[in-house]
Amino acid sequence: MSNLKRLFLILICIVMIAGCMPAGSKQKSERIVIWHWIIDRKDTFDALAKMYKDQTGIEVEFKLFFPPDIYRQKVITVARAQKLPDIFGILGEKKILASFIKAGHVLNLNSYMDADDASWRNRFYPQTLGLVTFNEANNYGVDEGVYGVPIDTTLMQFIYNKALFKKAGLNPSEAPETFDQFLDYAKKIKKAVGVEGFVCGWRERWLLNSVATEWAINIMGEDKFIKTIKGEVPYTDEDWIRVFSLFATLRESGILSSNIGTMTNKESEDAFSKGKAVFSFNGSWAVNVYKQLNPDLDYAFFSLPKASDKFPVKIWGGAGSSFMVNAKSPNKDKAVAFLNWLSDVEQQEFLARETNNLPSIKGCESIPEVLRPLLKDMDSLTHPNIWPYNEDYRVTEVFNRGLQQIVMGISTPEEVAREVQNSKERISRK
Amino acid sequence: MISLSAKEKGKNFSFVLPALIVFTLFYIYPFFYTFVLSFQDYDLISDAKFVGLTNFRETLGDKDWWGAMYNGGFITFWALTFQNILALMLAMAVFKVVRMNKFYRVTFFLLPILSEIIIGVLMKQLLVSEPIGKDVFNHLLRNAGLGSMTQEWLGTDRVRLITALVHCWKGFGWAFVIFLAGLHNIPDHLYEAARIDGANSWQCFWKITLPLLMPVLTLVFVLTILGTMQAFAMILALTDGAGGLTVVPVMRIYDHIRGSQAGLACAEGLVLGAILIAVSFTMFFISKKIRKKYGVLQS
Repeated sequence: MSNLKRLFLILICIVMIAGCMPAGSKQKSERIVIWHWIIDRKDTFDALAKMYKDQTGIEVEFKLFFPPDIYRQKVITVARAQKLPDIFGILGEKKILASFIKAGHVLNLNSYMDADDASWRNRFYPQTLGLVTFNEANNYGVDEGVYGVPIDTTLMQFIYNKALFKKAGLNPSEAPETFDQFLDYAKKIKKAVGVEGFVCGWRERWLLNSVATEWAINIMGEDKFIKTIKGEVPYTDEDWIRVFSLFATLRESGILSSNIGTMTNKESEDAFSKGKAVFSFNGSWAVNVYKQLNPDLDYAFFSLPKASDKFPVKIWGGAGSSFMVNAKSPNKDKAVAFLNWLSDVEQQEFLARETNNLPSIKGCESIPEVLRPLLKDMDSLTHPNIWPYNEDYRVTEVFNRGLQQIVMGISTPEEVAREVQNSKERISRK
Repeated sequence: MISLSAKEKGKNFSFVLPALIVFTLFYIYPFFYTFVLSFQDYDLISDAKFVGLTNFRETLGDKDWWGAMYNGGFITFWALTFQNILALMLAMAVFKVVRMNKFYRVTFFLLPILSEIIIGVLMKQLLVSEPIGKDVFNHLLRNAGLGSMTQEWLGTDRVRLITALVHCWKGFGWAFVIFLAGLHNIPDHLYEAARIDGANSWQCFWKITLPLLMPVLTLVFVLTILGTMQAFAMILALTDGAGGLTVVPVMRIYDHIRGSQAGLACAEGLVLGAILIAVSFTMFFISKKIRKKYGVLQS
């Protein structure tokens, strides 16, 4: 064997052995590393990092991993290898956050939040902080505490195209308030202007779930809704049939965009921003999306068109993105201090202005005009992550698919209700 | 027999060692780990908990799993029939064509090497009306004066069939190439002898081509079943399950992995694997019987 080949083999062996060696012991550094998946906030985060370095001398590095699915897998993998960065985000349901906490990866921020008469805790909208909070008697077996810092708030709202309202001779400042009005407006505008009545990314079933949840709470109230999850009220109850029937009515009215059941949210955003539909249902992040797709789009948000006057409307929403502190990081105090700074008024207003997302804290005055009306809904937010009980994921799967089948005309509301209830009973028996 | 010294054996073994390491690390170990995980409740983050046969019971008792198997079976049926008959016919046609033979081979093999996601997204643009797609297919029909035939191609009443046909369209190139190789392996003198005996083309096909292609047919059928039952990416991009109408087994496995139900996903993977192995062996058994009947295989 030639010397060159021998050298090459030795080098390969060294690289392989080095790759298998555990990482060197972690040392405190003046640099905080943050992993995130939020591609549209990359530049803003970098600007904030620069501001923080100028103020404190501490370097903050935001590392972007995109798309979110890849980010999610990466965080899970590195958590197993005990190599999480100082700060990271967790994507997914609350049970996934609970798994991270139980595995010792996430720092409990209670003591930091409660210092100085709970000044940090009191800054946040309670519903927003609720998404990363575990109460004393939670079902996840997690110690009571706050386990993340929300950096913005997201809420789901209906949206309408004001220009299309004008074209159809309707008053653009009067959004529909009831379900019947909503149908009526959509039909009128569809007929007058020749656009789709309603677009939404209902291929992504959670979007169907969120609007169904809002209508369910409006029709039966939050107590009865939670009782259903607890198994005390069946999904075949007449109120639930009414909820499912709303989707059948939407389909029968002809206002739904064709193929809405296979439409992604990106496709729906694209269609709405180009004025191809008068109504949509989307998150508050849509402000930023529409700005990029069509800066001239004339639109406004409005709350759920009420299907009943019996109970108040609740809005699906809460923390949009949150950051968690690695409990095993040698820089955890510095990481907490940075998140405290990031969730202060000045930085939150900067984030809201630059990224068009709602702030996670109260008292932000300088935010984009289009977001301002949404602030009134902050007290009516609801989300599975703040409910005392959560539905089994298998039941939710059947529920969501059932809704999709109704809007696609595959199943009737009664059939879906029976199927969801059967699935619930089958799982309860186990 | 040559006897080798220990040193020579060691030297020989060192040649296969790298491949053995790679095979063990990336095939054997993941398979056994899948097997172990299928008996556990594992969310990919916390420590796994042993749950016995729960995941298998859940899989076998899950109506949606069998619904996905039915959808997979439906697409497989179309792939076995339509796709393979089309591939065989094209292979026979190209086999007889002398000019531009290579052009056809390359053209038909282009589709299988394209990304499944690209095919799914492309077909969505062609088949789905606005605002999601570009409705190209319906535009073409209208321009051709066939406006009455325009329809919602991925509507609920035909989404499953269209998905199957798109899968066949993408996949027939594989079968085409294998059939073409099989046809080249049939000795010409058999056809010449048959012609002298007065056999027509139809008789040549039934008595010579088909029996001698039987091993290739079996291979193509088994590969079609294995490939189609594991189809996923194209269907995800095209319909994402269409409210359950085109949910296939791998889509459910993927959903459970994403939902941090790794144990259940592994059990589903093993159930699917066991079914596919059973079907493959049945296919080989049937093929052997047929070949015996036609005297292609000596008993």
